[in-house]
This record gives sequence, structure tokens and C-alpha cells, in this order.
Amino acid sequence: MSINSLLWLIPVPPLVGFILIALIAYRSNRASHSIALLGAGLSFLASMAVVIKAVATHDLGSDPFTSSINWLPTGATWLRIGVLADPLTTVMLFFVAITILMIFIYSIGYHNYGQPVGKHDRPGLPPEGAEVTEHGKVHKVPSIEPMYAKFFALLSLFAFAMYLLVVSDSLLMLYIGWEIMGFCSYFLIGFWYGKESARKAGIKAFITTRIGDVFMLLGMVALYSATGTLNFHDIFSNHETMEMLAGTVSPVFGWNWSTLIGILLFCGTIGKSAQFPLHVWLPDAMEGPTPVSAMIHAATMVSAGVYMSIRVFPIMSAGWEPGGALTTPMVVMAAIGTFTALFTSTIALAQNDIKRVLAYSTISQLGYMLAALGIGAYVAAVFHLMTHAFFKALLFLASGSVIHGMEHGVLHTGKHIDPQDMRNMGGLRKKMPATFWTFLAGGLALSGFPIITAGFWSKDEILSGAFASHQVLIFVVLAVSALFTAFYTARQLTLVFLGNPRTTAAEHASESKKVMTLPLVVLSIFAIAIGWVGIPKAFPVLGKLSPAWFQDFVGSMLAYEVHEEAHSYIPLLVSILVSLGGLLLGWLVYRKYNTAEERDPLHKSLGGVFTFLQNKYKVDELYQKVFIDPSLWIADKVVYQFLDLKIIDGFLHGVAAISVWLGNLLRYKFDVPVVNGGGDGLAKTTRGTGWLLHKQQTGKVQQYLTISIGITVIAGLIILMLVISV
Amino acid sequence: MNFLTDHLLTWILFIPTVGAALLLFVPGGKVKFIRIASLVISVLPLLLTLYLWSLYQSPDQAGTFRFEENYPWFTAINSSYHLGIDGVSLAMLLLTTILTPLAILTSFNIKERVKAFMILFLVLETGMLGVFMALDLLLFFVFWEIGLVPMYFLINQWGGEKRNYASLKFILFTMGGSLGLLLAIQMIGVISGTFDLVTITQSWPALNEGVMFGIPVATVKAVAFWAFIIAFAIKVPVWPFHTWLPDAHTEAPTGGSMILAGVLLKLGAYGFIRLVLPLFPQESARFAGWLAALATAAIVFGALAAAAQKDFKRLVAYSSINHMGFVVLGIAAAAWAAASTNPAIRESAVIALNGSVLQMFNHGLSAAGMFFLVGVIYDRAHTRKLEDFGGLYAILPIYGSILIFTSMASLGLPGLNGFVSEFMIVRGVWPIFTLWIALGMIGLLFTGVYVLKALTLTLHGPLNEKWSGKLSEINLRELWVIVPLMVLMLSIGLWPSWILNLINSTVMTWF
Repeated sequence: MSINSLLWLIPVPPLVGFILIALIAYRSNRASHSIALLGAGLSFLASMAVVIKAVATHDLGSDPFTSSINWLPTGATWLRIGVLADPLTTVMLFFVAITILMIFIYSIGYHNYGQPVGKHDRPGLPPEGAEVTEHGKVHKVPSIEPMYAKFFALLSLFAFAMYLLVVSDSLLMLYIGWEIMGFCSYFLIGFWYGKESARKAGIKAFITTRIGDVFMLLGMVALYSATGTLNFHDIFSNHETMEMLAGTVSPVFGWNWSTLIGILLFCGTIGKSAQFPLHVWLPDAMEGPTPVSAMIHAATMVSAGVYMSIRVFPIMSAGWEPGGALTTPMVVMAAIGTFTALFTSTIALAQNDIKRVLAYSTISQLGYMLAALGIGAYVAAVFHLMTHAFFKALLFLASGSVIHGMEHGVLHTGKHIDPQDMRNMGGLRKKMPATFWTFLAGGLALSGFPIITAGFWSKDEILSGAFASHQVLIFVVLAVSALFTAFYTARQLTLVFLGNPRTTAAEHASESKKVMTLPLVVLSIFAIAIGWVGIPKAFPVLGKLSPAWFQDFVGSMLAYEVHEEAHSYIPLLVSILVSLGGLLLGWLVYRKYNTAEERDPLHKSLGGVFTFLQNKYKVDELYQKVFIDPSLWIADKVVYQFLDLKIIDGFLHGVAAISVWLGNLLRYKFDVPVVNGGGDGLAKTTRGTGWLLHKQQTGKVQQYLTISIGITVIAGLIILMLVISV
Repeated sequence: MNFLTDHLLTWILFIPTVGAALLLFVPGGKVKFIRIASLVISVLPLLLTLYLWSLYQSPDQAGTFRFEENYPWFTAINSSYHLGIDGVSLAMLLLTTILTPLAILTSFNIKERVKAFMILFLVLETGMLGVFMALDLLLFFVFWEIGLVPMYFLINQWGGEKRNYASLKFILFTMGGSLGLLLAIQMIGVISGTFDLVTITQSWPALNEGVMFGIPVATVKAVAFWAFIIAFAIKVPVWPFHTWLPDAHTEAPTGGSMILAGVLLKLGAYGFIRLVLPLFPQESARFAGWLAALATAAIVFGALAAAAQKDFKRLVAYSSINHMGFVVLGIAAAAWAAASTNPAIRESAVIALNGSVLQMFNHGLSAAGMFFLVGVIYDRAHTRKLEDFGGLYAILPIYGSILIFTSMASLGLPGLNGFVSEFMIVRGVWPIFTLWIALGMIGLLFTGVYVLKALTLTLHGPLNEKWSGKLSEINLRELWVIVPLMVLMLSIGLWPSWILNLINSTVMTWF
């Protein structure tokens, strides 16, 4: 089979899986997850085939695999959709396929396949556990998710949308996948819809990202109007088009078209990748089951936002030369990315929920990528996107395993404590060794532990990129955020795994099943090793051995040559220092934290600032007061109650009242005395056909028909009279 | 066979009326027979329309209008029975003939005076079909009015609590528009000496000088133009002529709401496309900006008002205003672009108008589907108040999934039909009315708000215990109504060209 047809087929198996589960297989849990796994597995194999072929192909950047078909007729022309495999697609396919497959496998264990059905469980609520009798003793064990099949159906649909987005050759099909993913995330975040918090979180995610999406839609149609196509390759490889976009002034703010389109499209990324100021949805999205968090918030959906910006980078950077002044969209991107990286890493310092820490860390890391892209460090952004997908998916899945172990302890002890609160944990490394070691690998990668972890190489690449392009402010801010990152990671590792158990639930926590820990092991291999494909040539000692394959491969996407800047030791030393320093500091501060009731050590030293961080700078409350409440008030009180009911209907009722009054006047002052009741039709007619017809409503169909036909005939007669009289 | 193919339009048009006349002779007590018979009668036009569609592609049907039938009717005033269709009207015929049987199937739950109900429904179908086929102004008007009267009775007799108010408002509002329409048609007919649309389309726009009834022709034309605009704007409805809609839609019986939202609103938009644009190209181009502004107001205010509703059906009703706003915005852009010679602008106009017609079709499917689904839950719970529901997904999983599917089509989720047409309209309007379409995005955002509000309050959240064990799952008859609609929504979303080719082939000849 040719690579082009294989590309078309990649998204298909999960879609078929979704349809099969939704229509037929949903009655059987085993059939449902088998179909879902088969779908994800087939897509994985097809993706890997494409990746292997693509890696071996020369000049893939300038001459990618591509194929397209007519989709939408637009007058004499067509809007086409199609598939594309260039180096960027290849990288995306690689990590998306692996992480999706791992998440699918993990979900089987996470949703307690093979466990008994809980007596009180019902759809829309997390399973509460079932009672089993063993050796004459009754004890509680985890129970299977009541909507097990539905979960796999939605997960399959999600995977389909992500694959569709990745293989798309145009912004249109990308947007289709993008929106379907948005819908799935709404649904999966609100998976346990019976919980008030989950249903709110789903809506919040959907609406917040939709704010970005409507701007993105405008950017898309602006691009389409200006160039006549949405195909990436057609636009970017056409020098005339690119010069036109960079050189023609648009009607908005005197920006040229590439600036306007770039910024509008970037708004989509802000929403999808949860960048400030639209970052608020992602932490709440932790309401969803943990595999969902891994899928949406680490491996795929939020990556899609960054991916889109990387994809359209040629437009954002139109007119920019490496080393020259940044274009407006690049400045915006760098500013938002850098600010978000710092802003959310500070919030992560003060969170107690194990998943929320990771959520804020995700936002912060995505900020890194956008900051890198904003200063033109294209390859570094792609590199970090890939390594982050691996280690963050790992961290989320491992945190799910921790929660699972804790839930086990909670069921065992019967004490209702929050199994996600890190203060209730402690000492889990002995109870859950596989989870501990894999979590550690992910945590170290996140904090950029030198040399051995993937996160180090990609983060170092970003920091040295910022340093080399003389963006001192960005460099400093990113370095500080890296310090915070290492600090909160150490805090998390220490609170969860080190020391002694702080609750009885933690004492009775147990390691998860193989079906959950195996994906962790696979992902942790990538979290460690994947960075080695991109060791820069200029790196001391190791650089001599490295082919710097990644830089060459992805760099071939760019229209310009990437100059290896003279390697400076400053960013390297800084990144080692912040990583190790942050980890050490975090461990020192939290290793003495012994009881769950104790105040957080940072709380003691920071006081009110800590509470402010814990409350996420009160952004949610601000948005509620400034945007949400007023717009709902306007919708209800102004548009509906005032405009529609008072003004428009009020006017109509006024007209009606006047007609009735006139009618009565004519009737009693003119008709009755003058014509002597001869023709009181006028008043009645104005009073309303309804009143008249009311009398006719005897329910006899013949009467209705007579009236219908009668009215038609009368209308015809009136016409005739009018015409003849003229 | 020739007799059938030569008069195919007439067959499609009058089968429902003839069927209704035959039903008159059936005793009213034979409810079951009447229901089945009406369903069968309403399926016949659908089959013939599909046949029509298959013939439409053939090369010997060339020309602007196809399947024309032209016979003298009111010879005294030169009005004729002139029918004919192009791609746009064929799309609308398809919509009408698809929705009518489904609405009749829905109305199998009507228990009182079934015979009268079904007869009115069939007469209504003839009225709607006639509007989409008529190529004579007077004929157009007659069918326009025929569509109005049965709907009045459907609301007034089988409607909800406030049916008297709603039906009166509906008929007076629409009649108000019709009055101007009638007068304008008279003027055009008298001046042109004929009511034939094809002839008038050639002579009327060129008529710019001279005096009529002592008034300059330009003024007369302006008056006629505004009369048309107001009549159609009420029907669509364009803001601020829209307040009859929430009342009428909410109070109508489910089948009536499906047709009202699915087809009757399209009559207004169709009037813009068939009459206003060809007859008044200069005036349309001049006032297109105003129309665009009102359409944007409909998009934004419609969505905001929908988000403020507490009654499920009223919320869906307001969503129609929001969606039809996009239709009118696309039409306004096309009206503006007709005066332009810039090929890029004219291409945008084709895309916008394609989008508008497709949006008419799409809204017909999704609005009918939404009203139907509201009806399903109302039949069981006897309430439409959103806050009375909650957590129903746990007890109605199939219904819930269908509701989510249809809501997403209405919301414009890519992969389903609504997205394709909205995307085309946004694309087509962008270079022409950039500001208006940008403001329209507020409406698009709030579409998300109200759709999710409806879903959330009915399906999600903690289960309202009073429904536990009380509500039954959607039944087989109801599935027969909604599944065809879902298949259509999905097929247009995935592969829009099957219907869009039909529309595009006609629209591109106008620019």
C-alpha cells in the first residue's frame, strides 16, 4: 500500500471502533474494549509504518507525502481536503500513536475491568466499590465503571479526531479534528455527569476553548479569502502568496494580513492549549477520569494547540529573518507563552491535589513551547512538544495509579478521605514500587534533570535558544519558572512517595495491576531516552557523538537555514543549576512534612501569598464577576426581558390595544347608532381574527376547509378587484 | 409515464391536497387508518421528488428553470399557472417532502380530531411546495397564503396553553407582511402587464425612468422593495420582526413546530433569493448593509435570548432566530456583491449564497430534530421547564445520545451539517461585511452557551429523583422520525457535495 493511502487510513480504525461500540458492542464490556484497542492498535501500526518510511525519505520537508480530494464546491472551484506527511507530521504521529495506545491499555485497568459490579453504582457517578465475601469475611473492593463501554467509545472518537488533525494537509480538516476533540473533551471531562463539579467543568472547558475557536475561525476564513486555499503546502511554498500576506495591509489596526491572520489563529491556540488568559478551564478539567486527563491535557489535545501554531508558523513569521526583529504575532506568542510559563508554575507550587499540580505544570510547559516558537526557536518548540507529551502522559497515568492505590486503601479502611490530596499520602514508594520508579522518571524529566532525561534536552534547547537570540528577559523568566518546576516536582515526589504514610489509607495502598503499570514502564523509557535524538552538536563531549538527527529532520521544514549559534555555557549551566537546585530545595523543605493536618511549609513562610496562589490568583472569581455574570445578565434582562418582551412586544400590544379601541369606537359611536348594527364587521375584524374564528372552532373539518378555501377565494377576489379598478 | 414526467411538479404539488380531499370521505373514527393513509400520501411527493432529482441531472433539462409547466390561469390579468424549479428550489422541495412525512409520523400521538389535523397538514404541504415551485407572482402569493391558514389552525386547535395568543400573533404578524407583499405584487404586475416571474425578471430591474400613478418609478420601486423586504423579514424572521416566532413555535404541537421551523421560515429566505435579489438588484445592493446589520442583530440577540430561556422549547425556538440570521447575512452579502465587478468578491458571494441555501436546508433538519426531541420528552414528562429535569441521561441513554447528536448538529460541530454551511457563510461574508461577521462571532459563542445549557440541565447533573422509573425510553416510531434526520445531518457533515453540487450549480450562474 502506498504511504498516501495509508495516511488516509490512519484515522479510520478508531472511528469505526466508535461506531461499532456505540451501535452494537456497548452491551459487552469485553467486546467494547477489544474493539477500541484493535482500532487504536491498527492506527498505531499504520502510523509507525508512515513514520519509518518518512524518516528514511530524503527531502521530506520540501517534498512531503500528500494526497487530496475535492470536498466543497465553491462556484467553479473546489475546496479540497487531504492528507500530508512531512517531518512535523511524522514527529506528531510518532508520539501521538504511542501515547494513545498506552492510554487505551491503561484505561482497562483504571476502570476496573474484571472487578464485580457495585450494588450502588450508577451511570454518571464514579464507582463506589463492591462488597465481596472471601473466606467468610466481607470486604470492599473496587467495582467496574458503570459506563465502561461508553468510555471506550468516546476515547475512540477522541483518538479519531486527533489522528485526523495530525494527518490533515489543510487548516480546514485540522479544524474539524480540533472541534471534534473539543466536543469529546467536554464529554469526557463531564464523564461523571452526575457530579455537579464535573458537569460544570465540562461546560467551562467547552465554552472557554470556544472563545479561542471563534477567533480561529475568523483567522481561517481570512486566510482562505486572501489566498483562495487552506492547504498548508500550497500557501507556505508559494512565495508570491507569502509576500502578499506579509506586504498587504488588512482593514484591522493597519496590520498586514499575515499579522492579522497569525494573531487570530493564535487565539485558537490560547484556548486549546490553555494559555493565559484562557487557562482557567484546564485545571477544572481534572474532574474527568485520569486517562482522559492524560489524553486531553498531556498527550494530545493541548498539544494540538501548540501544533497548530507551529504549523502556521510561516504565516506568523512572514517577513522575519533569523536574527531580525520579531513580527507582531511572534512577539505576542513569546509574551503570552513566557508569562503563562511563570504564572502557572507559581500556582502549581501551592496545589494539594496531585492532578492539579500536573495540570498547572502542563500549562506552564506549553507556555515554554510557545515562548520558544515566539522567538523563532522552531525546532526547540517541536522537540519540547514531543518530550513533554511522553513525560506528561506518564505523569498523569502514574498519578492515576497513585490515586487508584489510595482508593484501594480508602475502601479497605472505610475512612472517607480525599484520595487525590497529596497531604494524605506519603511513603507510597514501598507500597507501589513500579508506580514510584516510573513517576520518578517522569518527574525528573519534567524538572529537566541533566543528561539522562528527555526533558533536560528539550528545555535546554529552549533556554539556549532564548539566550542565543538575546532575549534576556524571556531567558530569565523561563529559567525562574524552571526552578519553580523543579521545586514543585520535588514537593510532589516527596509528599507522595517519600517519608512515612500520613493516613491509614496510605498505609493500605496497593500497587496497581500490570495492565496499568506496563504502559507506565513503556512511557518512562521514552521519557528518559527520547531526548537523545536531539542532543545538539555543540554540546560538550556528548555532542561529538550525537548526529543531532532531530534538528536536521525537523529543521528541514524551515525555509531558512538554521545556524548553529556558538554554544554558550551560560544557558547550560543555568538549566542544570535550576533543575538540581529546585529539586534539592523542594526535597529539603518537604521531607519533614509528617502529618496530613500540618500547615504547608511554604504557607508558613509565604503566608497570605501562598493562599493567594492556592486560589489561583482569584482569576476564576474575577472572570465570574467581570464576564460571566454580566453577559448572562445582559442576555436575560436586556436582550430578552427588555428588548423582546418590553419594547418589541410592548409596541405590538400597544398597536393591538389601539386597534381594539378604534374598533370599539367605530362600533359604538358609528356602527351601532348610524348603521344600526348593519355591519359590525370592522370592529370584530380589528379585534382579531382569533375572536371571530373562536366561534368557528367547532372541530368540524369541513368548516376549517371551507374557511381555508374561502380565505383563498376572497384573497383572489380582492386581487381581481384591485387590478380591475386600476 | 410521459404524463407523469411531463407534469411532475403538478403531481408533487397536488398529491397532498388530493389525498386530503379523499380523507374527507373517511369516517373520523378510523383513526389508525387515517394516520397510515396520511403518512402514505405524504411519502408519495417524497418519492416523486427523488425521481425529479434523478431527472434533474440529465442534460436535456437545460435552461434556468427546468420541468416548467405554463398554462393560462387568470387570463384577464395575465397571470398564469407557471411552475418550474432550479437547484435552489429543488433543495427546498427535498427538505419539504422529507420533513412532512416525518412530521406526520410524529403527529401520530395526536389523539383529538385526527382527521382534521391530518387534512390540514396535507394542505399545508401543498402550500409550501407551491411557493418553491411558483414562477408567477400571483401564484406565489396564493401559495404563500395557503401555507399560512392551516398553520394557524394547527396552533390554535392543537397547541399548548397560550395557543390563542400565539396563533393570533402568528397570523396577524404574517398577514401584516402579506398585505405589503400583495400590494407590491399588484404594482409590479400592473406595470409589467404580466405576473410571470421569468418575464418580469428581465424587464423590471431595467425599469428606472418614467412616472406611474403620478409618482416617479424610482419611488414606486423603492416602496415595492421595502414591502417585499418586510414581508420576508417577518417570515424568516429577521430581528426585530421576530417576536411572533418564540410564541408560535412554543405553542404549536410538535409536528407543527417541526414544519414551522423546518420549512415555513425558509419561505421568507427563499423569497429573498427568488424575488428580492433578481427583481431589485440595485436596491438590494444599496440596502444590503442594513440587512446585514439586522441579520447580525438576529444572530447575536437570538443567541443571547436563547441563553436566557427557562423553557426548553422556547430555547429551541430562539435558536432558530440565531441560525436564520446566518442565512440572511449570507443573502445580504450576495446582494451587495451583485453590484461588484471584482471577481474575488463575486466568488465570495457564490460561497456565501451557497452557504445560505445549505444553511436553510441544514437548519430545517436540525431544528425539526430539536423540536421533535423536545416533544418526545414533553410527551413523557408533561413539562418543558429545564429546571424540572436533570440527570436524565442515566435513565434515558439512547434518547440522551440522540439529543446530544442533534444539539451538536445545531451548534455547528464540524463533522455534522451545521458547520459546513456556517463555515461557508462566514467565509463568504468575511471580505464583504467584515465587521458584521466578526460581531456575529458573539452569536456563535453563545450558541455554545445555550446548547450546553439545554443539554446540561436536562441530561446532566444529579438525577431529579421524581423521574426515576417514570420516563420511558424513546420508542420505535420515534426512532423512525429521528434516525433519517440524523443520517442526513451526518452525511452532509461528512460529504456536503451531494447536496451542495445541486445548489452550487444554480447559484454560480447568478454571478
